[in-house]
Amino acid sequence: MDVSYLELAVGSILISNLVLAKFLGLCPFFGVSRRTSSAVGMGGAVIFVMVLASAVTALLYRHVLLPTTPEHTNILGALGLPVPEGGYVLVLKTISYILVIGALVQFVEMVLRKAVPALYRALGIYLPLITTNCAVMGIALLNTEAWRDPANGLPVHLAAFNGFCGGVGFLFVMLLMSGIRERLADLPVPRPLRDLPMAFLSGGLMALAFMGFTNLFGIAV
Amino acid sequence: MSLLRDFADKPIKQNPVFVLALGLCPTLAVTTTVRNGVAMAIAATAVLVCANVLVSLLRRWIPDQIRIPCYIVIIAGFVTMVEIAMKAVAPPEVNEALGIFIPLIVVNCIILGRAEAFASRSGPVSSLMDGLGVGAGFLLALLAISFVREVVGAGTLWGYRLTPLSLAGVTLVPPVEPVMILSMAPGAFLVIGLLFGLLRWIGSRHDKRASALAVRAVPQVAGDFPKKSRGGEGDAGEGL
Repeated sequence: MDVSYLELAVGSILISNLVLAKFLGLCPFFGVSRRTSSAVGMGGAVIFVMVLASAVTALLYRHVLLPTTPEHTNILGALGLPVPEGGYVLVLKTISYILVIGALVQFVEMVLRKAVPALYRALGIYLPLITTNCAVMGIALLNTEAWRDPANGLPVHLAAFNGFCGGVGFLFVMLLMSGIRERLADLPVPRPLRDLPMAFLSGGLMALAFMGFTNLFGIAV
Repeated sequence: MSLLRDFADKPIKQNPVFVLALGLCPTLAVTTTVRNGVAMAIAATAVLVCANVLVSLLRRWIPDQIRIPCYIVIIAGFVTMVEIAMKAVAPPEVNEALGIFIPLIVVNCIILGRAEAFASRSGPVSSLMDGLGVGAGFLLALLAISFVREVVGAGTLWGYRLTPLSLAGVTLVPPVEPVMILSMAPGAFLVIGLLFGLLRWIGSRHDKRASALAVRAVPQVAGDFPKKSRGGEGDAGEGL
């Protein structure tokens, strides 16, 4: 099924933002958005992991989990191993995705520490938290099984691009949220609403504002 | 008695959603109707209880260094079972509404948090009670949010029309236009924010009265109740 880069980008960043419309990654959205510096660190780390995780899970979906079709071959089937009629999607999807993401996060952490120590110092403490960040697992599912065409999923390059856009959308709203919360910290908010409840309400107003992007450029999501 | 204690605190005083602010994604995403909320809570509780018991049974054999990956594999196994069971048992429209949030139970910080904070150092029966208690708290939170969202946002309850409602020709509830925004994405944030604030307000009033009555105040609940009472258990979820 054809889908353009623009469609994916506008769709994932603005129209159906991961956080505000799809409700993914809410724990970091509310947990690490008290300060702009930590919000940016978390957002950067999420973009990094999301691109890699999207690409790897898209490959995994097409070539291991799905049965062989004219469009793609199942590697296990090609090696002569038995593949059930519907592939391994139902039984192995969840467990293989979470293991891939967990391993990937560890790997990224090791590579960054050796290769780019400066970046590691900036993102390092956020990386371990990402394994259980549902936005990463969520976008992997959205790219594959929950994509419009679940019999194929998104091709790898588009999945990686969608992961990047999802990450940018996450960073964008993290940045907005941290700005709002830094201001809110100095304001006389009623005591029971201080901090978290006020953050929820601000998030609600942001989601309301983002609903204004519906049908932007005639893109339906 | 101690088994009862493993259960008793969890649903209200340590409510996973409203006190510890864990598991927010499914809480906000699926609470458009009460039925979806209940289905989500049952699915998550099933995984939580099973994972708690198995982690507790295996706690002597799981090496400390790789305990988190072990917990995740255990949880992912149960999530897959629940996913297949839901496809067989739950009505198609509920499955449609829950969508990716069933496989996403695997990254729910409530479940990993309980495995790490409780089941890894308690017996299987205690862990079972703990799972049931936390699950009940999750159910209560989802019920509260989805009740408000469905009744006010759609004018229905469990799928039945409430506005207008008439019984034997007598109008009980006049036709009221539902506040549709509450069923949509922004409504989820607004409802949880207001409920969270309301519960804190009730909690702080309750605390004030309790500390005025009590001869010695319990140190843990005195003061700013929802924030300070997080203690060690909340740390697992901080920033996830």
